[in-house]
Amino acid sequence: MANFSTNEFKAGLKVMIDDEPCNILENEYVKPGKGQAFNRVKIRKLISGKVLEKTFKSGDSVPGADVLDTELSYLYNDGEFYHFMNNETFEQVAADAKAVGDNAKWLVENTDCTITLFNGTPIVVTPPNFVELEITETDPGLKGDTAGTGGKPATLATGAVVRVPLFVQTGEIIKVDTRSGEYVSRAGK
Amino acid sequence: MTDRVVNLQQKARILSQIRAFFSERGVLEADVPCLDTHAVTDPYLTNFECDWQGRKLYLQTSPEYALKRLLSEGFGDCYYLGKAFRNEASSPQHSPEFLMLEWYRVGITPALLMVEIAELLNCILGVDKTTSISYADAFEQYANIDIWQAEHEQLIAAFPGEPYFDLAAESRTDLIQMLFSILVEPHLGQEIPCFVYDFPLEQAALAKANYDGRTAQRFELYYKGFELANGYGELTDPTEQSNRFQSDIEKRSRLGLPQVAPDNRLLAALEDGLPQCSGVALGVDRLCMLALGLRHIDLVQYN
Repeated sequence: MANFSTNEFKAGLKVMIDDEPCNILENEYVKPGKGQAFNRVKIRKLISGKVLEKTFKSGDSVPGADVLDTELSYLYNDGEFYHFMNNETFEQVAADAKAVGDNAKWLVENTDCTITLFNGTPIVVTPPNFVELEITETDPGLKGDTAGTGGKPATLATGAVVRVPLFVQTGEIIKVDTRSGEYVSRAGK
Repeated sequence: MTDRVVNLQQKARILSQIRAFFSERGVLEADVPCLDTHAVTDPYLTNFECDWQGRKLYLQTSPEYALKRLLSEGFGDCYYLGKAFRNEASSPQHSPEFLMLEWYRVGITPALLMVEIAELLNCILGVDKTTSISYADAFEQYANIDIWQAEHEQLIAAFPGEPYFDLAAESRTDLIQMLFSILVEPHLGQEIPCFVYDFPLEQAALAKANYDGRTAQRFELYYKGFELANGYGELTDPTEQSNRFQSDIEKRSRLGLPQVAPDNRLLAALEDGLPQCSGVALGVDRLCMLALGLRHIDLVQYN
């Protein structure tokens, strides 16, 4: 893998820092009129998800990370691994619970997810921004109530729990924003 | 017409205002070379090298040496308004080719030069106030560090974020400079242009030492997140100048940087006698960005 100097750092570049693949979020070049130039770089460690700031001397370089984002369709969970498939090549990839993390509750069968591969192994599984899931359990609530009055918890088919408006009932399919975990609307609207 | 063309028209007006400002004060515009035979010894500046008929020439990082030679020959109060070149990374505030205003006033102190800089800011930006603080006081106030007393460990501990290099191996001066940029600079001149004066002697560059033996007559001007100007009570002693060249050369060697020969013509000029003077260099692209409320240097440069 090629090396990248601080001059080439930009948002989205994947590099190896402290033996971990990282995504560069921001790169600020600091050059006092007299004195050492340096770069203040905000990075996200891809495996731990930790965001931190690193200071580099300008011109220093780091190895690139062999990181690849692929769109794969979610198949099933065998109890240990989550299985995904490339719909064009039918090639299958198994991600462990660590890579899936809290996103397990947003995995819907036959839905495309972004799988981040590091040296060919899945390290991050990102569900689509919006998924549609059936409500398996929620209190009947009050009739005639409208959205925006606090709402109630609802359990979805995957086990995720989200707050929904009082008028939404068990058995309905709702659209949820996976980034915030918030109810968006009833499905099909 | 694009926004940039409008910005460039505004820039042209600012250049006229600058020339009028100096014309009214009897300061002459000096025409000195951009392309010259020497490079700078400062370890943190890099010249562009050019080949001329098999001979090496350098695009100048500032007109400083040439203007001092001119002053030593009796030219008197002068300014340069033209291009300077630095072979370094670009950023929203940096471009390898930029417009520099540098001027020298014979027989005045840095304090008086700061007054004149404030008048220029008033003329271009319409700001009629400036503040000032010493380097050490700024450090004390914004980073809670006494730069004269602080141990190496305290400087390292104050460093925010995780460095990707070994801080312990950095010189005290380099640590102090980096901490100044990170911890102190963001607080300076956010409302009113702020002069920082009396830099530590290790950061004197070409400024004369003060009698306290630990600071130099160097100042910088900060305004709204820009490092706008750098000035000195000019070093006139050729022996001391030669020592500064030598210490730059030693530092280059420690850092594994290419060697640069001292400019003997500058040393000869100081031998002949540089009049007591103060001088300052100001980034004109940044001044235009401030005048027009822009945050990227590309918006005031044509390329």
